[in-house]
Amino acid sequence: MANVITTPAANAAHAPHHADYLEDPDFKGVWAWMTTIDHKRLGVMYLWATLAAFLAGGVMALIVRLELMHPGEDFMTAERYNQAFTLHGAIMVFMFIIPAIPAALGNFFLPLMLGAKDVAFPRLNLASFWVYIVGAVMAVTSIVVGGVDTGWTFYTPYSTTTNGAVTMMTLSVFVLGFSSIFTGINFVATVHKLRAPGMGWFQMPLFVWAIYSTAIIQVLATPVLGITMVLLVMERAFNIGIFDAQIGGDPVLFQHFFWFYSHPAVYIMILPGMAIISEIIPTFCRRVIFGYRLIALSSVAIALIGFLVWGHHMFTSGQSALAAGIFSFLTFAVAIPSAIKVFNWLSTMYGASISLRTPMLYAISFLFLFGIGGLTGIFLGALSVDIHLHDTYFVVAHFHYVMMGGTVIAYLGGLHYWWPKMFGRMYNETVARVCCGLVFVGFNATFLPQFVMGSQGMPRRYYTYLDQFQPLHQFSTFGSWILGAGIAIAVVNLTVALRGPKNAPENPWGGTTLEWQTQSPPITHNFIGQPSIDHEPYDYRAFKIPADAVD
Amino acid sequence: MTWLRHLFLPVAASVKAEDVDDLFMFIMWLNILFMILITGLIVLFVVRHRRKSRDQKTSHIEHNTILELSWSILPFIISMVVFFWGFNSYMQATVAPDGAMEIQVTAKKWIWTFGYPDGSVGVGKLWVPVNKPVRMIMHSEDVLHAFYVPAFRVKADVLPNRYTEVWFQATEVGDYVMPCAEYCGKGHSQMRAYVKVVSQKDYENFLEKGDPDEIGKPPEQLGATLYVNFGCSTCHSIDGTRGQGPSWKGIYGQQHKMTDGKVFTVDENYIRTSILQPQAMVVEGFQGIMPSYQGQVRERHLTALIAYIKSLKQ
Repeated sequence: MANVITTPAANAAHAPHHADYLEDPDFKGVWAWMTTIDHKRLGVMYLWATLAAFLAGGVMALIVRLELMHPGEDFMTAERYNQAFTLHGAIMVFMFIIPAIPAALGNFFLPLMLGAKDVAFPRLNLASFWVYIVGAVMAVTSIVVGGVDTGWTFYTPYSTTTNGAVTMMTLSVFVLGFSSIFTGINFVATVHKLRAPGMGWFQMPLFVWAIYSTAIIQVLATPVLGITMVLLVMERAFNIGIFDAQIGGDPVLFQHFFWFYSHPAVYIMILPGMAIISEIIPTFCRRVIFGYRLIALSSVAIALIGFLVWGHHMFTSGQSALAAGIFSFLTFAVAIPSAIKVFNWLSTMYGASISLRTPMLYAISFLFLFGIGGLTGIFLGALSVDIHLHDTYFVVAHFHYVMMGGTVIAYLGGLHYWWPKMFGRMYNETVARVCCGLVFVGFNATFLPQFVMGSQGMPRRYYTYLDQFQPLHQFSTFGSWILGAGIAIAVVNLTVALRGPKNAPENPWGGTTLEWQTQSPPITHNFIGQPSIDHEPYDYRAFKIPADAVD
Repeated sequence: MTWLRHLFLPVAASVKAEDVDDLFMFIMWLNILFMILITGLIVLFVVRHRRKSRDQKTSHIEHNTILELSWSILPFIISMVVFFWGFNSYMQATVAPDGAMEIQVTAKKWIWTFGYPDGSVGVGKLWVPVNKPVRMIMHSEDVLHAFYVPAFRVKADVLPNRYTEVWFQATEVGDYVMPCAEYCGKGHSQMRAYVKVVSQKDYENFLEKGDPDEIGKPPEQLGATLYVNFGCSTCHSIDGTRGQGPSWKGIYGQQHKMTDGKVFTVDENYIRTSILQPQAMVVEGFQGIMPSYQGQVRERHLTALIAYIKSLKQ
């Protein structure tokens, strides 16, 4: 940061090179990694674990799309198909997209950005990781011992009556929830207590604001999911009659409980994506972010209003017309802060010095794809139109534009942005840019046709379909191959870079936030001495672009 | 710009469809406008403000209250217009007019059954008179299903513990697809009925004499029609592929072992019992998930299906 009071810290950091956290001689070997309480090592372990989940969920997605090449059976039965899309959804939501950014990049960079040595509760952080692994193992077990065919939403009474390993899967979601709560508590405490001297709330980087808002939702909403999953398990095991209509329960009650968590969870998924974009854009524009406070506060507004819109998943469920009206109104209200953010990011590009390196290309993709994702949400918020579009491919396309076009694109951008800092190595820029293009083209080819299919009346979770939809389904499947190839090559490109020499400078992009003020990769204790600050973030007026920055 | 409307929306055949479509297209134009704005600004800024030198000076504009207020308030106003429009047309589509004809809809895995005011019952085809408001009173016998007619822009979940309802007034004579829209298991994607919108005269004719498609057909041919209409095709193939139930190909005359170990020969009585009391005999290797058709099929339907199964000998 330009006006960081860095003496003596910076002077020391520019002095002889210290062993970084990856090869600290005090913490060597597998056991040291498994029991580490270093937030950076935990971030890296989370990174590989969630990428493995992403790979599994991605393979499921490709299988689902391949089966949809033709109506009727291509290579799997309806039963297997239902299991495949359930696994795709459950793995992607609970094992990848919820933990991915907060637990991997958040763990690594939140303390660095605050100028802290670690998170507030390092041991809780380690517990969170192992709880995640236990939950993931349980989920894998449930696949092996019988599969789950309920859809990731576990709607009752289907989920209370179907065979298969539903109990195991819901318990795994219960366990994964604790991992999420632990991370949330940790981040809230860290942001409150461990900011560097001079860093008030409005001197925090916007990444921290968004991750902080996410953490609040994780702490407040996840227990509801946990309780719901326990009730579901009890219903299956003991037939108490909470959700199953046959014994006096109410299946719609389950939907209320489920979405009371899962709608806020949508913001657990997208806010971290916004967090990354708020970092990439000012760095590659080399100017102050436009409307810092509005972006920061809109994250908090999204987190709070996001708790009050769950009923918009249930417009056709038989809930009262008054409730539907209120939920529709609040849905439009929660859209405004997201719109504000998009315009603020765009304005940051005005009067800037824009570099089109890979992270910025992903950020621009994000603006475009998240724009479509957000705007198509207007269709679904409008009551009478949603009645037609609910549970069709239109909804599928919409949330993939937000979750994949938004969060996953931002995540890829974030990985390319921070890879040099995390591992001290630069990746092949040309390959990375080509992949960004492939992902953009493949993504649109996969999901644009789904909007058309959906509004034409193609319901979701369909194993077979009317002949009229075949051309669009095939187009979508071809698109998924381009998309899959793009992501696969991008990840391979990043991984291959790890075998190269540690050639990354301290601050390759000319970023102003604190994580760029220590060596790449950082030392175990992050900074030599305690950094402090006396200015707003992203202030380039007096910032000197380092001589070894890439351009 | 009707091509855009036709690209996205299926044929509109109910009185409420027009209003829903107008709102859909209004939002579509909002989407297009904003995407042009966003894309245009990105391209403009990237071209104009592309980095030319590493020490290029950048402007330090922290914020602009008027601009920020305008892009907070303007989207809010636009979204309120959409909200009220959507809410208004939703209310109209929710409350059925007085005197609407009532039809009982029963959903179960994976068939739709319709009960008409005169007591007649039909499976897989919903007959309604054109230009008359019709109100569906729906319930499910097992899990959640959803009543959806894309051409009418109506949808409502069908629940096992209470009645839900939906109404529409069809404006064009024709057949409209009615797919199940709430995930309900293996047969979900084939839980498909058709809405037959006909003239008042044809409707009365149907109530009196039954489905004209079924009249004057030899039993095997009628059986082939019923095979699709009754949803048999969801689980039983006729080409030997294994589905949720045994394939019908060559099944007549075969000997089948049941889950309780007994062995039966597939004959007329076996087929009849299997349709009316499917749980009585479940073939080994299959689950007893078939719903009973008791009270939903007539004697001539049974004879037709038996004749059809017989005809599938080779």
